[in-house]
Amino acid sequence: MSRATATDLVYLIAIVGFILALKGLSSPKRARLGNLVGASGMLVAVAWTFSLPEVYSHTRNLVLIIIAIAIGAVIGVPAARLVKMTAMPQMVAIFNGVGGGAAALVSVTEFIAAPHKSLAIYRIIEILFGVLVGSVSLAGSTIAFAKLQELMTGRPITYPAQQPINAAIGVAIVALLVVTVVTASTTVLVIVLVLSLALGAIFVLPIGGADTPVLISLLNAFTGLAVAASGFTLNSTLLIVAGTLVGASGTLLTRMMSQAMGRSLPNILFSAFGSVVTASGEGPDAEGRSVRAGTADDIGVLLAYARKVAIIPGYGLAVAQAQHTARELADALAARGVEVYYAIHPVAGRMPGHMNVLLAEANVPYDQLEEMDDANQDLDSTDVALVVGANDTVNPAAKNTPGSPIYGMPIINADRATNIVFLKRSMRPGFAGIDNELLYDPKTTMLFGDAKDSLSKLVAAVKAA
Amino acid sequence: MMAAAGPGLMTFITVFVLAAFVGYEVVSKVPSILHTPLMSGSNAIHGIILVGTMIVLGQAHGTAQLTLGFLAVVLATLNVVGGFVVTDRMLHMFRAKPADRKAAADAKASGDTAAKPEDGGAGAAS
Repeated sequence: MSRATATDLVYLIAIVGFILALKGLSSPKRARLGNLVGASGMLVAVAWTFSLPEVYSHTRNLVLIIIAIAIGAVIGVPAARLVKMTAMPQMVAIFNGVGGGAAALVSVTEFIAAPHKSLAIYRIIEILFGVLVGSVSLAGSTIAFAKLQELMTGRPITYPAQQPINAAIGVAIVALLVVTVVTASTTVLVIVLVLSLALGAIFVLPIGGADTPVLISLLNAFTGLAVAASGFTLNSTLLIVAGTLVGASGTLLTRMMSQAMGRSLPNILFSAFGSVVTASGEGPDAEGRSVRAGTADDIGVLLAYARKVAIIPGYGLAVAQAQHTARELADALAARGVEVYYAIHPVAGRMPGHMNVLLAEANVPYDQLEEMDDANQDLDSTDVALVVGANDTVNPAAKNTPGSPIYGMPIINADRATNIVFLKRSMRPGFAGIDNELLYDPKTTMLFGDAKDSLSKLVAAVKAA
Repeated sequence: MMAAAGPGLMTFITVFVLAAFVGYEVVSKVPSILHTPLMSGSNAIHGIILVGTMIVLGQAHGTAQLTLGFLAVVLATLNVVGGFVVTDRMLHMFRAKPADRKAAADAKASGDTAAKPEDGGAGAAS
């Protein structure tokens, strides 16, 4: 068997491993095994690559490769192991971004390495695609990381003339792509690279923090496609297949995630470009209604003398990293004999299933967690529904307002409880951008502020009551 | 026309199209509770770019190529090890309380009907 055939065979084994990994990750029982199979496939492929003459023939280059891998591993493994569970989404974002960056660099380096003007047009197109998509993914993921890590605001960022500016950059990139194909100029390619990075950033800026999971999933698919483009450039079936697998499955996953949030993908990606969505249906105007804001002491008394309290956590709790404080409050209430349970919406938090992980991390007893269906039965007999940083997942518009973008999305029926308390930073709508009539309900009391601060105050108030 | 494009290109395109279908089919049924781990896991898989970066750095000449190639290998390694380790940690949390996860997996939020309050999640998912 020739070396080339052996290489193809080993890479085929890796490819099968990747397919089985995706398959395994789609089922709760085999998910962990699937991940291990994928990692094994990766290990086999990388180990075999060291036996290729392209890799080992120049000793200096081989040494550099080994040093670079060591650096990556020394940074990556501790970062991935030590990161808190709440910070998982941004870690996924940044690990995705660096993959996109690597794919873009492969394309750029191949372009520089090629003898001048010798590249076939389709080669240049492959390279440009890798540079464009890889750079968008890198810049977009970096901004997503910054938003989730709260290095910058998680709110959608809009600026005047956003659409014209974005369109101009888009047009400029397309024009420069054509110029690069015609002239094969390295300078133009570098400009394309810079503009692609800018495009990735401005693409992500107007997307709110709550939508970043869907965004990261989309950028993940982008990186997959950039890797596939690198595969075309390097004539590597392995890269084409693995990259395309991720590109295709990632696209489907992105769609499923946005469906789970009851929204369409274009709505998530572009809704901040237009004015704020005002799909509150035939409901009365927000200005005409009054909101009752309470003090922490009042609410503390209300909670302390309730028989049954439901804590409904949402994105705001995840943002404020308030899961430990929520547990303190639950413990303080339980110490007074109040029955406390958590009502968990399936898409509460930053990602589907994220809230369960967060509360598990805060050692919330499992029997206090109630899935949506159970919680909805219990809410009829609940005295206080304490909504912590959630909004859309309790919005009755999903049941009552057929015109609403979230109409049909299952919600937690906080409105069934005798009293409703909202811990919110402001009257700002949730990520669906729609008004929540529950905020104006006579049964509702608002406590404005950061979820963690508000919960701390409530803990003190309950203990004092 | 194909000959001008060079030998193999058509084969690569075929592989690309078939892989796209496989990728789409293989994750067609994922419970919402596994969306995040699946995203993280597939994130690790595109770390295969590491193999490409190794080949590029292995053949690099001159400071520019060596620098870019070196950086590419570092980034790709981060992608691979970070991706797999993070995914494994997520799935470890999932294994801790299986009953908890199972129920949530069933309660997938899909908005096709005006679901009654009581049967909201599970009813819409099935």
